[in-house]
Amino acid sequence: MTALESQDWSAIWLTIKLAATVTLLLLLLGTPIAWWLAHTRSRWRSVASALVAMPIVLPPTVLGFYLLLLMGPDGPVGRATQALGIGLLPFTFGGLVVASTFYSLPFVVQPIQNAMEAIGPRPLEVAATLRASPWDAFWSVVVPLARPGFLAGAILGFAHTVGEFGVVLMIGGNIPGVTRVVSVQIFDHVEALEYARAHWLAAGMVGFSFIVLLLLYTLSPQARRS
Amino acid sequence: MRSIVVLCAVFGVCSPAWADEVAVAVAANFSAPMRQIADEFERASGHHVRLSPGATGALYAQIKNGAPFDLLLAADDETPARLEREGNAVAATRYTYAIGKLVLWSAKPGVVDDKGGVLRQGNFERLAIANPKTAPYGEAAVEALTRLGLYAGLQAKLVQGNSIAQAYQFVASGNAELGLLALSQVWKDGALVSGSAWIVPESLYAPIRQDAVLLARGADKAAALALLQFLKGDKARAVIRAYGYGL
Repeated sequence: MTALESQDWSAIWLTIKLAATVTLLLLLLGTPIAWWLAHTRSRWRSVASALVAMPIVLPPTVLGFYLLLLMGPDGPVGRATQALGIGLLPFTFGGLVVASTFYSLPFVVQPIQNAMEAIGPRPLEVAATLRASPWDAFWSVVVPLARPGFLAGAILGFAHTVGEFGVVLMIGGNIPGVTRVVSVQIFDHVEALEYARAHWLAAGMVGFSFIVLLLLYTLSPQARRS
Repeated sequence: MRSIVVLCAVFGVCSPAWADEVAVAVAANFSAPMRQIADEFERASGHHVRLSPGATGALYAQIKNGAPFDLLLAADDETPARLEREGNAVAATRYTYAIGKLVLWSAKPGVVDDKGGVLRQGNFERLAIANPKTAPYGEAAVEALTRLGLYAGLQAKLVQGNSIAQAYQFVASGNAELGLLALSQVWKDGALVSGSAWIVPESLYAPIRQDAVLLARGADKAAALALLQFLKGDKARAVIRAYGYGL
């Protein structure tokens, strides 16, 4: 008896590809957001913090539903992507990337922001007196000191994208090899009463999430403290 | 004393002895007509109906794990038969309460012609269907496309909703131009609600029999038996037909 069938492997590969793309994207996007949130005194800070944190509390059905409308042919995002010649995003891998980026944003931004805030103003002041440019100071002071935060953000962002279900279900269209990720595949197996096939994937997910969190708590002193 | 009354009102647990509550697990595609039938039943009998809509596969799993349902109105005929075989349903109470019909639907008027020729022309990007593995309407959609000789050619354009409700959402939001859906989703009071549609000839797919069955938990409940009887009556049948189901 083969444990995982080719469709299961294709879902696993797709999930890893999605999570890796989203994590990379979120490190690029999340870092300036985290930096701004950690340092700004703007009165918009609480508004921005609330917006970033919203995916944590919103049910995936809400996110998925609005993304489906926004990215649809009559939505503003859908109009824009059509005008740019990309076509419509729902039912595509690109659409999943966009949706997951929203969904996993707080899980990357918040650890990085916490790590940046923990550095305090002193090291940057010292760097400035040593005539380091802000850019230089960022790379040689902030990034090394905030490394545990980047690590935690990357791990959490990756893991959270792997575990995503509701949003993908709402906008994915369940297309094999394009949008059918592991969580949807498990749901399919369960709905079709193929419990044995569901178990292989589901147990794999349980093992994966344990290892990821173990890694997180072992490697990141920051996460260990909180 | 007052707090007890309030508790009763909040949780609805202290119903008078003569009225009973029937818990009904109902396939998502039938939840709107069932709501209407339940209202009429409540008025006629004084009993209270509690509806739990869901995907038939999910409802099956819940029933197997002890969910408190008295009656199941499934989206297929296999699940009730299976529950009967496995001893979770009362033998000989199973019957077909509705026959689902397949429709090709577009949210826009004038897109679907009355012979479904739009499927052959192929000038669309996405055709939404329900998951053929788990949803009877999805299975029927694949069967109809296969018989039309279009399935292989259209495979790249298919998007699957996990349920027929989700497939409808893909089309209603405009993300898919076309969908093979349940007629009951776009049909009300004997007419198309919006958009354009082709009712797929029933010769193109096996009948989508939706069966109801009395579950073990409702075996001795007079109210559950009364509702099952009411479902077979003229009033309920009129509602079922108005939503585009066959009988």
